[in-house]
Amino acid sequence: MASFSIQGINIAGIAATVPKTVEHNMDYTYISEKERKSLIKVTGVEQRRVASAQTTTSDLCFEAATKLIDELNWKKEDISILIFVSQSSDYFLPATAVILQGRLGLPTHCMAFDIALGCSGYVYGLSVITGLMHSAGIKKGLLLVGDVSSVICSKTDKSTYPLFGDAGTATAVELTDDAKPIHFNLNNDGNKYNTIIVQHGRGRNRGSPDSFRMEKIAEGIERSKLNIELNGIEVFNFSINEVPEMVNELFRDTQTTSNDYDYLVLHQANRLINETIRKKLGFDAAKVPYSISKYGNTSSASIPLTIASELREQISKNKLRLLCAGFGVGLSWGAVSFTTNKTVILPVLEI
Amino acid sequence: MDTIAIFIEKIEGEFEEVPKGTIKPTTDYRSIEGWSSMQALIVIAWVDSEYGVTLNGEDLQKAVTIGDLYEIVKAHKTTKEQSPL
Repeated sequence: MASFSIQGINIAGIAATVPKTVEHNMDYTYISEKERKSLIKVTGVEQRRVASAQTTTSDLCFEAATKLIDELNWKKEDISILIFVSQSSDYFLPATAVILQGRLGLPTHCMAFDIALGCSGYVYGLSVITGLMHSAGIKKGLLLVGDVSSVICSKTDKSTYPLFGDAGTATAVELTDDAKPIHFNLNNDGNKYNTIIVQHGRGRNRGSPDSFRMEKIAEGIERSKLNIELNGIEVFNFSINEVPEMVNELFRDTQTTSNDYDYLVLHQANRLINETIRKKLGFDAAKVPYSISKYGNTSSASIPLTIASELREQISKNKLRLLCAGFGVGLSWGAVSFTTNKTVILPVLEI
Repeated sequence: MDTIAIFIEKIEGEFEEVPKGTIKPTTDYRSIEGWSSMQALIVIAWVDSEYGVTLNGEDLQKAVTIGDLYEIVKAHKTTKEQSPL
């Protein structure tokens, strides 16, 4: 069972960047006004940020990382690990983390690699970077997490297009003697790999003229094999069952209850899913922040983006105990609890 | 488990646009005013919190009427209660 604690690591700072372009779901005229209203009510997504054709996830993360390094006054030569977590890398190869190491001007001795995960990616990424830093004694590291999902959504698929927004984030992690342990609980179920999937464009189905052919799947759902497919009901059931179970397991392992946490930061999947999880876990609404109305479901970026957008002021004033849970594509789900300690949170950046 | 009358009364409460007393056990649930894939999620969330059972995609496909839905929820609930776990 992947349930463990890492000692001696502090989250020094978090920054999040979104594209400037705003799309409102009330303007999504592909579906009727009534459907738009119902979609906004259930998913909670009023507007989303959409990257331009020239902007990649790494561009968004680069901006967040640059501003965060400046704000923390970190020396670049001290950063010895960079991990990029995303489902939207720059190239088939090489790894985007390596490109970012060069672009950020980090030393060549800074180890850099990618992790290919989505909605659970922030939690998984934190587990890898804190674990490596702890065991190898690495003093400073950067976790760059985000997704540009808009490019893989078919505009004529009401089950995906109005849900996803684009964002890139940077989390600065440092070794310290003065930190509470960070707890993790990580899970996945590969038998459900096709619940959220892009069928073509990689090894299994490389891509052919057929990949581009638009197919009508159902009323309001028309897409190609290069677009993301999402089985809404299966994702819904998975989320409302597995996430509370995982969090309850973390409660048992750490001998805590919901009262021990200042905030529960959930991956911004959709409002109805998150509210169902919140109620099952017995958290007050005031302890569960949302950024989904402004930014949509931002995949791996949603936890740090929600922290930057909704908890900046609170974190600047107090040490807060946060419980975060990511869940989705894989299927993969993970929870992490950590305590902020002079953690610098930048206001949400735009490019 | 609630009777079907109570089940219907509660489900009507979940649909803002549906006047009380208009849903019958024989009503095709997809024909209910305002029904969409979003309402399907609302019903799943409601059944989960109200009865502690999970309706999957197959269940929803199989069910035609509200009465069918009620029987599926009841069957799931019975199976769950009889399970040793």
